[in-house]
Amino acid sequence: MAGISLHKLRKSFGALTVVHDVDLEIADKEFIILVGPSGCGKSTTLRMIAGLEEITSGELIIGDTIVNDVPSKDRDIAMVFQNYALYPHMTVYKNMAFGLKLRRAPRDLIDRKVHETAEILDIKHLLNRRPKALSGGQRQRVALGRAMVRSPAVFLLDEPLSNLDAKLRSTMRSELTKLHRRLDATFIYVTHDQVEAMTMADRIVVMKDGHIQQVDTPQALYDRPTNMFVAGFIGAPQMNFLPVTISKQNGVPVAEFDGNSLPLPTRLIDRVGVDYAGRDCVLGLRPENFHERPPIDVDPALTVPVEVDVELAEPMGAEVHLNAALRSRSIVARVSPRCQARAGDRLTLTADLSSAHLFDRETERAIGA
Amino acid sequence: MSVIADTPTRPLPARAPISRRWRKVLNALTAYSFIAPNFIGFAVFTLGPIVFAFALAFMHWDGSNPIRFAGLDNFWKLFSDRVFHAAFWNTIIYTGFVVPLTLICSLALAVLLNQKIFGRNFFRTVAFFPYVASLVAVAVVWNMMFHPEFGPVNMVLYTLGVDPSDLPGWAADRHWAMATVIMFSVWKNMGYFMVIYLAGLQGISSELYEAADIDGASGGQKFRFVTLPQLAPTTFFVSVMLIIQSFKVFDQIFMITQGGPGTSTLVLVYHIYNEAFISWDLGYSSMVALVLFLLVLVITIVQFRWTQDRDEDTA
Repeated sequence: MAGISLHKLRKSFGALTVVHDVDLEIADKEFIILVGPSGCGKSTTLRMIAGLEEITSGELIIGDTIVNDVPSKDRDIAMVFQNYALYPHMTVYKNMAFGLKLRRAPRDLIDRKVHETAEILDIKHLLNRRPKALSGGQRQRVALGRAMVRSPAVFLLDEPLSNLDAKLRSTMRSELTKLHRRLDATFIYVTHDQVEAMTMADRIVVMKDGHIQQVDTPQALYDRPTNMFVAGFIGAPQMNFLPVTISKQNGVPVAEFDGNSLPLPTRLIDRVGVDYAGRDCVLGLRPENFHERPPIDVDPALTVPVEVDVELAEPMGAEVHLNAALRSRSIVARVSPRCQARAGDRLTLTADLSSAHLFDRETERAIGA
Repeated sequence: MSVIADTPTRPLPARAPISRRWRKVLNALTAYSFIAPNFIGFAVFTLGPIVFAFALAFMHWDGSNPIRFAGLDNFWKLFSDRVFHAAFWNTIIYTGFVVPLTLICSLALAVLLNQKIFGRNFFRTVAFFPYVASLVAVAVVWNMMFHPEFGPVNMVLYTLGVDPSDLPGWAADRHWAMATVIMFSVWKNMGYFMVIYLAGLQGISSELYEAADIDGASGGQKFRFVTLPQLAPTTFFVSVMLIIQSFKVFDQIFMITQGGPGTSTLVLVYHIYNEAFISWDLGYSSMVALVLFLLVLVITIVQFRWTQDRDEDTA
């Protein structure tokens, strides 16, 4: 059992608090990813779990034990560092064997474990090399191997793919997911890359300024963000935000945007209720909610034509990202590669409001969330 | 098209063509002219005397009468010169103790003063001070501190219960003189090498220590498996410098014991000085200098080879 509980975990450096009373339950064998912009406290949280950073207050429980004062080596964890932190003077074999050697494991067990792990990671041919003779991707595998040989209950990974090129990163993403399944251990992974978070995690923890914003599965985060930060952070290109005012038309709440009334889906109408009449809100529309033609699978009452001035068209191969101005507001629309629009064109797109999000402009929280 | 081409240009005045070879020579001469000031100084004041000293090792010369060729006379004299033997072994003993002791003390100081302790900068300055202080001044103070009868060191030993007849005579005692000189040298130089070790320590990535923490290393194991190997290039540099410096030691001996009592602290350079400027046998002293040069050369080559082999073994 290696479930992990964080109860009101706090980290302060003098007067500066970088992690504010974080509460989190991580299930045994879960792949959980802490994501957020630089300085959001995700790495500090991971380092507190690793025992590399002292906990200012709160409780950290691994399994059934409070480990606040337990040294790293006794927490049954292994860590993969952003810059790999391989011992430069040791061969790959010695790097991988080091942890077991310090634990006085029998020599033949060390040898078997190192070779087994090297086999899994396909680095058997590198065992006699030193880290400086390896490429970034190879070093990454060795760092993983060093963590794996000890068969820990929890793997902590601190932005392990950030130093790799885009292609290798995508390969390693799928390999890490497979490795997680194979090792059957708890993975806690820190990244600022929301693509990594979305593709690998069982659950994602979105952090900002030392606070947890939302914890949920990748799809739930995408579909039901609890605030504007999460809505903007998850998804690329990011969600478009339009300032609106809620008013009533024939007794039904609608969103007024720049003199136009935008219909709201039933889901939002129920949440808006009577409280929000006349209030300032923010309407969130994902780039894929803009279409060149009216979508056939959406209630026509929930679509509106919008005229946009194209500022930049970015062809991505499978799709085109249109950066455009909608009544002086910048938006990004994801359209099909057949779209021939070029910078300077005026275009009429169809906005699909069936999956729109609505946020309170003051608190930035999703309405009804 | 660009309008630049329309601007009329005046043809350059014709110049006599310079052959490629001449151009090369001119380039080389220009380069040499830049290094000449330094090189001339080095040639006159360093290279010339070295070559002259090598030649002088095979001559008889007292500094005033004409130089006479001596063949291998000076070389054979080395074998019968008991003072040379004493100086040779004293130099080996001095180096054998000073190098490891200074290495250990400077590394220990560096490790200690690399911690976040109160007054760290003050203690770093205190440790570095003996190196920058005037040798004459510190030697006088050292001689006072270790004075066999009135020095505070012996007084403390006496207070601690050491029998007065067993109190060391330090620089005045032939059994203790070498130890005194060695202690003085270690104390005087460890601050300098501490600074070099501090730079080395600060170059070690903190992630390596964190990785070692996670791997389960204790403080001692981190020192052994991370710090020491990471400091290997620094240790190599420090040991090469220390060995060369120890073989060349003169000033500290001159200030503390003048090579005595007897020949108990007489080292090779001191012997060279005595032979050259007390006995005025410049030929023989040059031969001793040549022996010293070869000794340092061989040891340094062995050291470099050893480091190279070790690097290749672990590569």
